[in-house]
Amino acid sequence: MRVALFITCVNDTLFPGTGKAVVSLLRRLGCDVDFPAAQTCCGQMHVNTGYRAEGVRLARHFTEVFAGYDAVVAPSGSCAAMVREQYPKLARPGSKGAAAIAEVAPKVYELSEFLIDVLKVEDVGAYFPHRVTYHPTCHSLRGLHLGDRPTRLLQHVRGLELVPLPGAEECCGFGGTFAVKNPAVSAAMGADKTRSILDTGAEVLCAADNSCLMHIGGTLSRQKTGVRTMHLAEILASTEEVQ
Amino acid sequence: MSATFIGMPGSFPKNAEKAVQNSQLRFNLRKATHTIRGKRASVVGELPDWQELRAAGKAIKDHTLRNLDRYLIQMEEAVTRAGGTVHWARDAAEANRIVAGLVKATGETEVVKVKSMATQEINLNDALAAEGITAYETDLAELIVQLGDDFPSHILVPAIHRNRSEIREIFLDKMPKVPENLTDDPPALAEAARLHLRERFLKSKVAISGANFMVAETGTLVVLESEGNGRMCLTLPRTLISVVGIEKLLPSWRDLEVFLQLLPRSSTGERMNPYTSMWTGAVEGQDFHLVLLDNGRTDVLADEVGRQALRCIRCSACLNVCPVYERAGGHAYGSVYPGPIGAILTPQLRGMGSDLDASLPYASSLCGACYEVCPVAIDIPEVLVDLRAKAPHAAAERAGMKVAGWIFNDHKRLAKAQRAATKLRKLVPKRLPGPLSAWTDTRDIPEIPDESFRDWWERTRRSERSE
Ligand code: SF4
Repeated sequence: MRVALFITCVNDTLFPGTGKAVVSLLRRLGCDVDFPAAQTCCGQMHVNTGYRAEGVRLARHFTEVFAGYDAVVAPSGSCAAMVREQYPKLARPGSKGAAAIAEVAPKVYELSEFLIDVLKVEDVGAYFPHRVTYHPTCHSLRGLHLGDRPTRLLQHVRGLELVPLPGAEECCGFGGTFAVKNPAVSAAMGADKTRSILDTGAEVLCAADNSCLMHIGGTLSRQKTGVRTMHLAEILASTEEVQ
Repeated sequence: MSATFIGMPGSFPKNAEKAVQNSQLRFNLRKATHTIRGKRASVVGELPDWQELRAAGKAIKDHTLRNLDRYLIQMEEAVTRAGGTVHWARDAAEANRIVAGLVKATGETEVVKVKSMATQEINLNDALAAEGITAYETDLAELIVQLGDDFPSHILVPAIHRNRSEIREIFLDKMPKVPENLTDDPPALAEAARLHLRERFLKSKVAISGANFMVAETGTLVVLESEGNGRMCLTLPRTLISVVGIEKLLPSWRDLEVFLQLLPRSSTGERMNPYTSMWTGAVEGQDFHLVLLDNGRTDVLADEVGRQALRCIRCSACLNVCPVYERAGGHAYGSVYPGPIGAILTPQLRGMGSDLDASLPYASSLCGACYEVCPVAIDIPEVLVDLRAKAPHAAAERAGMKVAGWIFNDHKRLAKAQRAATKLRKLVPKRLPGPLSAWTDTRDIPEIPDESFRDWWERTRRSERSE
């Protein structure tokens, strides 16, 4: 199986650790992974902010870069949802673009989907002796319907204590450019989310999207709470050797 | 659309910022929306076929909208046959003119009203006042808004932003013959309103209503309510005038079966609403007029993506789950339609000519909770994104997005930009300038790493290959 990594522009630029964790995790599970160098961004920021033409161009670029692979794995529920749910709406029905999207989009998996649905593993052999709470980001939850896949993976991590997050399904207030366009509402939502996180007494907040974690983590850090944020891939990649 | 909120200054972010600072308002909203949210979830959970019902509701509405011209004519014929008179109103001004004319013809100067979004949308009460006609709201929450000289802030509970001590003040201040020792106990407040309204019902000869549904096959109008005040208005007066948006149509009587399940469960979280009133044409001794209101709806119908907003049955479920509505409150939307549905309906009905209307498509984090609860499956996030593509964009933002698009169009450019960011990271201040200060006001920014993922991959690949 030719597995390509779509690391996403945010991870590539700001959170390379997440990309490295995906590489080491998938290799440990026996996958031969490739990083097509021509990849850039899925176009979500452009499309969702109202810049459709730029978004369409980036979608075309994406389908060209990932055309030949059996599976594309992305450590981001939001970007995977963009490709699978929103790309089909960007192309004219019956056009060449629509055909290219129909070919590539179904092969794009968010990391936990790939592990559970394709590789059929729930115990990835990880070790992470900490108290963790999980925030199911909106696009993972309502866009991709990841359900309990991420928490099933976390439950198999040795040493990890998973504590439920109150009001988990409520949006954290990131919303892409929403965070900048409606800062007061975004910050109020972020404040409520961090309060719920602190209530759990967890040391680490985990999610499958670094952009939401960047917003929540930025709020936690500004409030000097001491709670860390970690991407799901980083926890799953942890083993006793790297502790 | 609407005069009611026209002239409301500002934009959504500015209005919302003020609301967010009002902690009492935030507390009231959170409490009210979470209570009703829970009730809705539990009664919807009781129905194993909810998703099928929802799909049926969507399909019936879509079919009707596709054939709206045909069904509207059928409706007109059926109402006329049953002794009613049908009027067509292109916009708010025309509708108001028709209604004022009809009231004047009766010689009356007072009318009672059944809670109706359509008459709010066209700002009928003010238009009637200009003609010397006083309109009295009879729905408790509408009454509170009217007496308080205020704007509604929720579709179902227009006075959701008021707590009971505020309501007591309003009653003491504005309600004639109110007992001086009135407490803020809800039953006491309700009783005061009841006594006040009873007098109105018995005196009034003209009533004005909207409708939740119209049935083309039979010419029947349907109103669902909780208090029974609507039924008093519908039956007691001599003349009944109903102002109804053209999208409220259903083809047949049987279709009601679906919506009488969808609406109460989605709106009040009840299995069935306490009062369902239906009327067809004119009854003995009563005059009936139906004003069919367009007011921008045919323009919405012409939009391939946006037209799904016309499926809306005004249940307000999307408001009650919306994290943005919960913090910003209804007034921030500057329209009688607040919340997620307001964010897509108002800019379509009114256009995006004002700052406020142009900011509404951005009044969402696109979390998708509204789409999930909508009983007629309106993909609100999809319409929001579509409207954003049509909204005017500030020049600076357009330039920034162009540059970002140019960088993302080529991975070599992206790699260069990443390396530049790494080099310059010491210069990145803790507080970002310009619009990005909105981020650093409340949140720290992440560190820029030494090396991007792609450079790490390239470097380690090279060493692997040379091994
Ligand atoms: S958009 Fe849907 S959920 Fe919102 S008020 Fe209309 S019908 Fe109800």
